[in-house]
Amino acid sequence: MIPAAFEYVRPESLVEALDLLAAGDEGTKVIAGGHSLLPLLKLRLATPERLVDIGRLRDLRGIGAWEDGLAIGGAATYAEVLASDLARERCPLLGRAIHDVGDVQVRNRGTLGGSLAHADPASDMPAVALALDAQLVLRSAAGERVVDADGFFLEPFVTALRPDELLVQIRIPGLPGAAGTTYRQLMQPASGFSVVGVAVVVARAGGTVSHVRVGVTGVGDHPYRATAVEAALAGTDGGPSSIAAAAVHAADGQQVNSDIHADREYRTAMAAVYVRRALEAALADA
Amino acid sequence: MLGVAVKRVEDPRFITGKGRFLDDIKLPGMTYLAILRSPYAHANILSIDTSAARQMPGVVAVFTGADIPYNPLPMAWPAGGVAGIQNNVNMPRVLATDDVKWSGEGVAAVVAETPEQAADALEGIAVEWDPLPTVVDAEKATQPGAPQLHENAPNNIVFEWTVGDKAGTDAAIDAAEVVVRQRIVNHRLIPNPMEVRGDIGLYNPGTEEYTVWMSSQTPHIQRLLLTAFVTGIPEHKVRVIAPDVGGAFGTKIFCYADMALVMFASKAIGGRPVKWVEGRRESYQSTIHGRDHITYLEIAGSRDGTVSGIRVKTFANLGGRLSTIGPGIPTTLYGRVLSGCYKIPNVWCEVTGVYTNTTFVDAYRGAGRPEATYVVERAMDLFAAEIGMDRAELRRRNFIQPDQFPYDNPSGLGTASGGAKIYIDSGDYEPAMDKALAAVGYDGLPALKAEAASRGKLLGLGLSTYIEVCGVAPSKWIGAVGEGWGAAMWESANIRVHLTGKTVLTAGTSPQGQGHETTYAQVLSHELGIPMDDIVVQHSDTQGTPFGYGSYGSRTSSVGMTAAIKAAGKIREKARRFAAHMLEASVDDIEVDGADYFVRGSPEKKKTIQEIAFALDLGFDPPEGMEPYLDETAYWDTPNCTWPFGTHVAIVEVDRESGHVDLVRYLAVDDVGRKINPLIVDGQLHGGIAQGVGQALWEQAVYDDHGQLLSGSMMDYAIPRASWFPPIELDETITPSPVNPIGVKGVGEAGAIASTAAVANAVIDALSGFGIRHLDMPYTAQTVWRAMQVAEVQP
Repeated sequence: MIPAAFEYVRPESLVEALDLLAAGDEGTKVIAGGHSLLPLLKLRLATPERLVDIGRLRDLRGIGAWEDGLAIGGAATYAEVLASDLARERCPLLGRAIHDVGDVQVRNRGTLGGSLAHADPASDMPAVALALDAQLVLRSAAGERVVDADGFFLEPFVTALRPDELLVQIRIPGLPGAAGTTYRQLMQPASGFSVVGVAVVVARAGGTVSHVRVGVTGVGDHPYRATAVEAALAGTDGGPSSIAAAAVHAADGQQVNSDIHADREYRTAMAAVYVRRALEAALADA
Repeated sequence: MLGVAVKRVEDPRFITGKGRFLDDIKLPGMTYLAILRSPYAHANILSIDTSAARQMPGVVAVFTGADIPYNPLPMAWPAGGVAGIQNNVNMPRVLATDDVKWSGEGVAAVVAETPEQAADALEGIAVEWDPLPTVVDAEKATQPGAPQLHENAPNNIVFEWTVGDKAGTDAAIDAAEVVVRQRIVNHRLIPNPMEVRGDIGLYNPGTEEYTVWMSSQTPHIQRLLLTAFVTGIPEHKVRVIAPDVGGAFGTKIFCYADMALVMFASKAIGGRPVKWVEGRRESYQSTIHGRDHITYLEIAGSRDGTVSGIRVKTFANLGGRLSTIGPGIPTTLYGRVLSGCYKIPNVWCEVTGVYTNTTFVDAYRGAGRPEATYVVERAMDLFAAEIGMDRAELRRRNFIQPDQFPYDNPSGLGTASGGAKIYIDSGDYEPAMDKALAAVGYDGLPALKAEAASRGKLLGLGLSTYIEVCGVAPSKWIGAVGEGWGAAMWESANIRVHLTGKTVLTAGTSPQGQGHETTYAQVLSHELGIPMDDIVVQHSDTQGTPFGYGSYGSRTSSVGMTAAIKAAGKIREKARRFAAHMLEASVDDIEVDGADYFVRGSPEKKKTIQEIAFALDLGFDPPEGMEPYLDETAYWDTPNCTWPFGTHVAIVEVDRESGHVDLVRYLAVDDVGRKINPLIVDGQLHGGIAQGVGQALWEQAVYDDHGQLLSGSMMDYAIPRASWFPPIELDETITPSPVNPIGVKGVGEAGAIASTAAVANAVIDALSGFGIRHLDMPYTAQTVWRAMQVAEVQP
């Protein structure tokens, strides 16, 4: 449980941090809260040569308004998000999902940005980001680009983030009017990660479902938007039978995970159950 | 102070981080040892090349098995003692030499200047392996064609042990109106004390003495085993100290290779201290596991609810080599209490101990008794379901009745050789069950089920009416041929009342978080009238405490504190004689009330124990023949074990769609005899219940077919969390134990013994609408969901 030796660098500014990453060296890893990376280091499953600690960069902390939504610093902790009145007002889904992440200590250290960048296929935050149509601001010494959450998660622990880039900000658009949101999770009891985690944003207009986003984690080899569910539900009345008919598509097109906690058959079945429950809850709220 | 819920005197230091646990100990010149562990579960070692590691930064020494002149670890408790039961013994070496039998067996060790350098240098050791086929399942391991682990153990069988009356039980089952048969798995658990294990070895080249600090429940026993059996170092040259110990659950009873390794290493490097502390992942592979039984159960009886016999065949997985008392757990501590609190006239139990390519298995909280309780409590529910009788009513009809004590149970507790009579001495089971049923509203169960069903939930209620064997143990029994481990199990205490009246009690027992520093002081304060604040309790250091067998099996309160009471009696008697001398009265006229010693009829003619201690400890003027000082030692060997019992009730709700199980209510009525400190009793029950519920719902050690531990960390091995529990409701009956002056029985294991079966019976009750009569634990959501999916009945 002792990591292999590594060089530790704590840049004083974002510019310095980006300079440290500029070489695009695969042996360099970024650390913020460390709650995903440190366990891997201790088990020597990850043996980076250099850690760049961005956890104290003021530029990457804080939560502010972005249009009628939110801009969350790439290294803002879960606790900061939970404590933010603005986040609670504009995006209650975040708090709902973060509330169940780890424990107080983990939430005080762990970061939303770190969870997204780490891209554990069973972590909660990617599903939430997908459902919220989050935009991820990726910056390198060479410049900045903005990537949609849908498209950011590529494989287990692999994202669109390049080795020379930092996730500097998470932008969350304002929710549609009268939106209902929820996060529902079947938890793997040991890790607290999701066997199935479902984030939903849904809205009605004129008696039909006008907006629906379903982010799913734990099921596929990376978190995904259940587009088949969304397509099946959009434009319907959002009633129980519409929801049930849509929810069966929860794992469509996915390579469903299998492990000692939940095999493929069970995960697939639970994806449908939890998508249905999440849609019911969110629509009841919408 | 006896019976008062005083706060634990240990807690301020534990809660504020001022405890001194093994890894808190820093010695000048400390070096750090790390152990290279086998990645294979079964392999021959073709070669080990340590040359690169020796050149790595900070490395002081590298050792392999070939360097260690010590014997393998000792086998202290063969099944059946030495009474003609063949035990095919294979013990771990300090470091493996030729082969490894489980993933995690130690094969080489590095001593370095820092823990980091030691860990790094492990990667510089090159081992050439010849992997061999593996088997991890105890039943499969005994079948033809299974990979063979040891030449002296054909079909991987360690022993075949039996107890009870075969002919009588066979006849009872053949003649029975109803026989229910069920295969029952009691799966493997990983104990998970909060503090992992560790040792520090320090050799003094000047005196040729060793000091060994270890996180242990049994420092005296470890000194004995390490010197007499493993290292050959004389016992008087070794001092063993257990500092504050952060939990154990049985894991720290045993003799482990690392203990000898730090002794060897410290001497080999010239006497610098050597510290080894296991990581959690390492602990999962190299500290003992618990349970792991596969049992074929038959229970027979008549439709009127009379159970006439149980016949059990159990495969007990003991791992790749044996732990210190591994074979004793699934035999004496299991088969002999298989009939629980029931008057079942015919019992036959066969246990096959089996080697597999897994970590060794030994005593884990309850040790054999939870496994027995699980079998018999599931059996009672199975039988009740078969004959259509209420579960509580079936239990009631088969309880041993109060007028039937002392009760010799048919699996042989009363028939042990060696002349010791061990019998269930007392109990009154119905009042505890009635109290529990009333409190939980048993008659209202159908309404509860209907209400839950309206929410898509399946509600189930489970009972567990258990007994436990605590206060281990009479030496004549546990040391008897054919029974125990060839050693005694008395306990010891020394009391010194110093000049100022401040008192030191040293005990042979060794706490791991139970609050002994509080409870011993309560007992002593009660006995001698000395304020608790004036009493300090010392323990767990072979230098300065009398020999003792340590703390496990709820023996400290029953056996250890009786030794303390006996020593206090000697103190009181000496104080009385000296008071008579001081008061110029006859000894026969001195009465004692708490701390006061006075002349009968003249209470103003009085000396306090503090005054007596001052005068006698100075010793200017003792009476003829009296030695100075209030300093007395006593040893106590209990005439019988103690027999706690009770009824636990669990209510669960199963989510029909996902299979997720919620524990929604838990109520326990326990009879643990008189209580020294009710607060500590409640704490033991809370923790024990949580641990037993953990087995039923979440915890499971999982190996793949190659012997790799898939549940190798807390990311995959689910420890119960407080937030998953409803408030635990506790109640009591009190039937004092007749074997000790307090009437205490012990409570360390009761919760863990009872709760697993209570939750299992509740889950299966919830699933009864599917025609499900049994389901193996743990009841993870997937397991329960699949059972509902495949059930022939779909309600």
